[in-house]
Amino acid sequence: MVETIRKLGRWGLGGFERLGRAHIFLFHTLMGVPSVFIRFGLLVQQMMSVGVLSLLIIVVSGLFVGMVLGLQGYNTLVDFGAEQSLGVVVALSLVRELGPVVAGLLFAGRAGSALTAEIGLMKSTEQLSGMEMMAVDPFKRVIAPRFLAGFISLPLLATIFSAIGVIGGYFVGVGLLGVDDGAFWSQMQAKVDFSEDIMNGVIKSIVFGFVVTWIAVFEGYDCVPTSEGVSRATTRTVVHSALAILSLDFVLTALMFGNI
Amino acid sequence: MHNSKTVEIIVGLFVALGLAALFMLAMKVSNLSTFSNDGGYVITARFENIGGLKVRSPVTVAGVRVGRISNIGFDNTTYEAVVSMNISGDYNTLPTDTSASIFTAGLLGEQYVALEPGGDEKYLQQGGEVRLTQSAIVLEQVIGQFLYSQAEGGDAK
Repeated sequence: MVETIRKLGRWGLGGFERLGRAHIFLFHTLMGVPSVFIRFGLLVQQMMSVGVLSLLIIVVSGLFVGMVLGLQGYNTLVDFGAEQSLGVVVALSLVRELGPVVAGLLFAGRAGSALTAEIGLMKSTEQLSGMEMMAVDPFKRVIAPRFLAGFISLPLLATIFSAIGVIGGYFVGVGLLGVDDGAFWSQMQAKVDFSEDIMNGVIKSIVFGFVVTWIAVFEGYDCVPTSEGVSRATTRTVVHSALAILSLDFVLTALMFGNI
Repeated sequence: MHNSKTVEIIVGLFVALGLAALFMLAMKVSNLSTFSNDGGYVITARFENIGGLKVRSPVTVAGVRVGRISNIGFDNTTYEAVVSMNISGDYNTLPTDTSASIFTAGLLGEQYVALEPGGDEKYLQQGGEVRLTQSAIVLEQVIGQFLYSQAEGGDAK
């Protein structure tokens, strides 16, 4: 009995310890961010592997999510004779929720796990300690460019996701199901507000970009330097990122749209 | 590295694509292109009953959207709803004896404020008030009255 409580206590303390380490790590990373602007090439390189290479999955999923929204929205709205509002349904659900959230989840799976595995392997092959030996700060050289690249890339990817999704909804709604072209766009423009809907979606994706990349680089840096440790860290990145995105999404939605 | 220039170009294209997507959302999806809050002015109107009117509902003149509802308040002394409307600066020639009514777009559509310009030669300014108002038509009341009058008519026969 006492042993169980002791285990629980150790588990709790371990959790808090990790949380503390994560914040100290974040502080060091943010300290390293200014030096990224001096060595801009590092950032470009990371933007390539983190952002550009995630583009394909984002574009394809955005297209299909938009198309499904168009199809499902049409089937529901046509019962009320309100299929002209299809554009509103597609655009609002994409820019407010699905764009930032689904792009964030895909980004965590595609880029976050890669970041963790890369940094974890660097740690387990002692490249990070090697850098420190040569008086190269791994935070400035390795961590900060990756962190910044993820932080910049996710908002861009989420915006692309929403835009492509709207086009996908347009294809299905107007192209296949015969919703009126003009009504689709004009109702959308009448209901979607730039600052309230689109900018709030962008703010969401900025927050998700920060949190997902933070989790990814921290898990890599903090992993147990064995092959098993790297694999566990990669799994944790995806799981923790998904949980963080979904719970933060609720909090942000409640703050932005919830009148709480 | 021999291909670093290519990488830079691709990343540049990626960033440009992201910004283009934001631009497309702003111009094509949202109302930024047709209506902005800049340079507008706010007028108020008092209604006995605003029905389902909401903040950001449209304000129209002759069916043309000229602004949005910016705020809905309640007057504790007169028990009336105070509706503030943000009218775009392009439409600054509304006479002071303009009247405001709350209508519904279609049977299930949203409610909006329709302004009917009067004949005065002075124009409404920032903070001006529309004095002639007509409350929202509450469908339940209309149906209730209709049924009541039907029942009365049936008795008389």
